[in-house]
Amino acid sequence: MTLPALFFAFLQIGAFSVGGGYAAMPLIENQICTRHCWLSADEFAHLVTIAEMTPGPIAINAATFVGIRIAGLPGAVTATLGCILPSCLIVSLLAWLYRRYKALPLMRSVLSALRPVVVALIAGAGLSLLKNALWQGAPVLSAPSPQQALLFAGAFLLLRRKACNPILTMASCGVIYLLFNLP
Amino acid sequence: MTKPTLRQLFFQMFTISACTFGGGFVIVTLMKQRFVEQRGWLTEPEMLDMTALAQSAPGPIAVNTAVLVGWHLAGLPGMLAAVLGCILPPMLILSVISLFYAAFSANPYISLLLRGMQAGVAAVILDVTVSLGQTVLAQRSPLHLFLLGGSLLLVLFTAVDPLVLLLGAALVGVLFHRKEPVQ
Repeated sequence: MTLPALFFAFLQIGAFSVGGGYAAMPLIENQICTRHCWLSADEFAHLVTIAEMTPGPIAINAATFVGIRIAGLPGAVTATLGCILPSCLIVSLLAWLYRRYKALPLMRSVLSALRPVVVALIAGAGLSLLKNALWQGAPVLSAPSPQQALLFAGAFLLLRRKACNPILTMASCGVIYLLFNLP
Repeated sequence: MTKPTLRQLFFQMFTISACTFGGGFVIVTLMKQRFVEQRGWLTEPEMLDMTALAQSAPGPIAVNTAVLVGWHLAGLPGMLAAVLGCILPPMLILSVISLFYAAFSANPYISLLLRGMQAGVAAVILDVTVSLGQTVLAQRSPLHLFLLGGSLLLVLFTAVDPLVLLLGAALVGVLFHRKEPVQ
């Protein structure tokens, strides 16, 4: 009975977490700690740390982590499938509607009003990451971490002026910071 | 507008997904850089539309975007290839890490590397934001400037739900449907 339970728990997480990322956290916690007791509070804290340290959506990270611990590799696959199934269905419907109606004048007007808001949302995500990197929880009016500020300024200039590869730029920032702070 | 093969779509999504530290919007910025600028698979407005749709449906933003881009570029097989490419890296990484997660999350070198990468990730997102913002400014539409500025203020200074912002913008799009002819 473990695999169906895993599937349906993550199906609910996938179906009800709107807004992505950290919006899904309370739902995940409710399903895997409170309802099913698959992880202790301590293990859940580990999971959050690992999800932050690794690439990919938190819900997928959680599905794989919990699935493997409960039922091995089949568990990981089952939980992940449950997690993405609602997305695949609902968003496929949206994709169809988009394809069909995007040429309508009303739809074009709505879409063109959405675009500036999406730009603002992306800007907000970038600025909050920047705040986190430069001030690490300290008030923004205090002096930022000089190393992080230099890294950010250098990376930003390289990306804007030289159109450097973003993935390479991110990785180099990590390596440079590591080399200058070796314990 | 060129079309990708399924293999290209899968590998592009796979490498992008393997490098998205820092949340759903990172995948969107990397997809913009790869799919819009390098490959010409999508136009910038299409990318923004898909981001708005991905954000308004439940589930991880990265997976939702993969569903939309996959359908758009290569129909149902494209959707499956893109989603698989998107979820495999986090699944593989988490499967390995779940074996020795305590050692991983306590490793000082890894946490230094990730700390430095934060600055790089912020630079990548803000670089894309500036490019996208320039496109909005270039339209010289007072309505779009208002939407950009207003939603940026709300994102930065209130805990507004992104979904509420998008719904509000959609409503504005409906209301200004006749007055604001779309380019």
